[in-house]
Amino acid sequence: MSLPDFGFYVLCATAVVLLAAQAVIHPTEFVQVFIFGLTQGSIYALVALGYTMVYGIIELINFAHGDVFTLGAYVGSGILGFFAISESGFTTVNLIALLLVFPAVMLIMGGINVAIERVAYRPLRNAPRLAPLITAIGMSFFLEGVMFLWRGPATVHFPDILPKTATTIAGVFFGFKDIFVVVVAAILVALLAVFINRTKLGKAMRATAQDRDAAQLMGIDINRTIAATFFIGALLAGAGGMIWGLYYNTVYYQLGFRSGLIAFTAAVFGGIGNIPGAAVGGLVIGLIAAFSDSYIGSKWTQVVVFGILIGVLVFRPTGLLGMRVPEK
Amino acid sequence: MSAPRRAAASRSFLSRLSLRERIRDRDQAVYGILIIAAIVFPLATIYATDGTALVSQATRAGYFVLLAIGLNVVVGFAGLLDLGYAAFFAIGAYTYALLASPQLASSPAHHAVHLPFWLMLFVAMFVAAGAGAILGFPTLRLRGDYLAIVTLGFGEIVPQLFYNFDQWTGGINAVGIIDQPVLPAWIQGPWSGDGPIQVVRNFNFGGDPVAFYVLICILIAAAVILVSNLYRSRLGRAWMAIREDEVAAAAMGINTVTTKLLAFGIGASFSGFAGAYYAADVSLVSPDNFLFIVSITVLVMVVLGGMGNISGVIIGALVLYYVVFSLLPSLPGAVESLANSIGLGSLNVRTTEWPGLGGETQRLTFIIYGAILVAMMLLRPQGLLPSRIREQELKHAAVQEEEAAVEMEHAT
Repeated sequence: MSLPDFGFYVLCATAVVLLAAQAVIHPTEFVQVFIFGLTQGSIYALVALGYTMVYGIIELINFAHGDVFTLGAYVGSGILGFFAISESGFTTVNLIALLLVFPAVMLIMGGINVAIERVAYRPLRNAPRLAPLITAIGMSFFLEGVMFLWRGPATVHFPDILPKTATTIAGVFFGFKDIFVVVVAAILVALLAVFINRTKLGKAMRATAQDRDAAQLMGIDINRTIAATFFIGALLAGAGGMIWGLYYNTVYYQLGFRSGLIAFTAAVFGGIGNIPGAAVGGLVIGLIAAFSDSYIGSKWTQVVVFGILIGVLVFRPTGLLGMRVPEK
Repeated sequence: MSAPRRAAASRSFLSRLSLRERIRDRDQAVYGILIIAAIVFPLATIYATDGTALVSQATRAGYFVLLAIGLNVVVGFAGLLDLGYAAFFAIGAYTYALLASPQLASSPAHHAVHLPFWLMLFVAMFVAAGAGAILGFPTLRLRGDYLAIVTLGFGEIVPQLFYNFDQWTGGINAVGIIDQPVLPAWIQGPWSGDGPIQVVRNFNFGGDPVAFYVLICILIAAAVILVSNLYRSRLGRAWMAIREDEVAAAAMGINTVTTKLLAFGIGASFSGFAGAYYAADVSLVSPDNFLFIVSITVLVMVVLGGMGNISGVIIGALVLYYVVFSLLPSLPGAVESLANSIGLGSLNVRTTEWPGLGGETQRLTFIIYGAILVAMMLLRPQGLLPSRIREQELKHAAVQEEEAAVEMEHAT
């Protein structure tokens, strides 16, 4: 075992022991925080997948991705406004609205992200490496500006249309919303895994990520594959935005900046470019943030999350799952 | 030496000279224009506006120029992407702010420290460089974008730490009443103070924007000379070798870790230097001044100006500073007065539905800024004034690619 690996395991073991102590002393609080971390982490996982897929295929840190996620919540709350939804209870209209709006938002975000790719990234495919990074930052400002123009600087209310059923088991409070978030995220991640591993387009995406030139020589349409990657990444980000809105019922235009950075951290944490890694990383970061919020203090959460990011990169640069991303 | 040989030697010498001339020509012209502008600008604006507001604006632009020159060493020369550059700026600013203000009197230390500015400039520089080395040492072995991510995390942590240790730094209340620089007695002559011969007004920094302006110009000039010498040194060539191909550079005997660490440390030291100066000028330092957006702005300045080319980076910093801090904030007012002058003044009236044309423009500034960034990168992905060497490399690569495409067409 090498020294960095040893350091990594020592860190992990310390964290686990400290948490286990908490779990024994205050089991109820521990489980409560765990549930909160799990819901939070499911959303981060959905956003992190978009970061990791885009990075895997064109090595771009897509700074606009967090804003695509936020825009999903904004578009969702805009469209829901057209339905005669009830915020006091779960009606049939609510169910229909949810079933229609959820996929619609995903598709709209997918379309928008493909358009962004077409305008801001594709023309710079062979430009110096930092040029697309700057356009990504520009697109991020642009999207934030669109949301600011649309709904103003204040926080925006997202309709509370899910059933408010909640129950307390052994002192632990959890509701339908918690289960909804985790289940929907899990279904989407499973669908993505099937898509990447079983379909022809998924295979093309993996091939392009591995070696773009070779993939092209094999007859893969690179531009179409990259556009598809952006489309799928944004589908998940749009779903993440919808879930965020449904769960917290409030969004603001700069939400994507902070949560985008955290989701990106999650992607790195799981080993950037690695799809199962991003899902696991999202969950872990969500849990870490929740535990840090309640055991250390919320003003230290940012320090903890980014400190762990640096620690992971120093001790285990390949990420949590330890798969090596091909160097290009 | 025989005549033909001497002729051949001088010809090759001349042709080499002319090639170098071609590379450096444009840069010298840019520097000339910049020096003239730096001298004319304060004179003209003080004469025209009868105030020094524009001069202190120019001083603010000056820190960004210093920051951009420093980040250019890391990103442009050595090819390391640093997304947390503002952290070193914060470290430099807080180093000076804490050691030259009454702040520490209300901290657990109970003693205010007032160290002289000139000493602190260098202390701040070394503290920032030290922080860069500590961060860089374990992480520079990482390849590619992992370094960018580590610096991003570092840039997020540092301002948060200054918030959280509020016993020492005042946290969100910021550090204020920071000491102003004082010129040593041997420089103060009849031309300083209120004597009969005043060269630059009252040359003793008591919040005098002109004094700060002169000082930042001197610091920038020193930084440019230092960095261009570094660029032409053995170390500079090593940086470029690493930027182009790290494996090949290592095979040529370059110690890649030390070389990268030096780039990182030198870049950070510029940021610390600029930070101390910023703290002295603004006299108020709060963690909010060093968020991610500052790192990003400086990075955009470097890329926009032309990575690796010092004169280009200076131009990029000035242009972007003007756009972000002067043009965009003044847009709403300009649009309002334009509407008034062409008879559409009714658009300026605020109602509950319509925030007025000025308010609406203000809401648009984010979109405009984003669009400007995208458009500029699409039009000139290599930057406004790219370094000539890189430009030729890019052209060469493009030609090769075209040739390859032609060959492929022939083959099919």
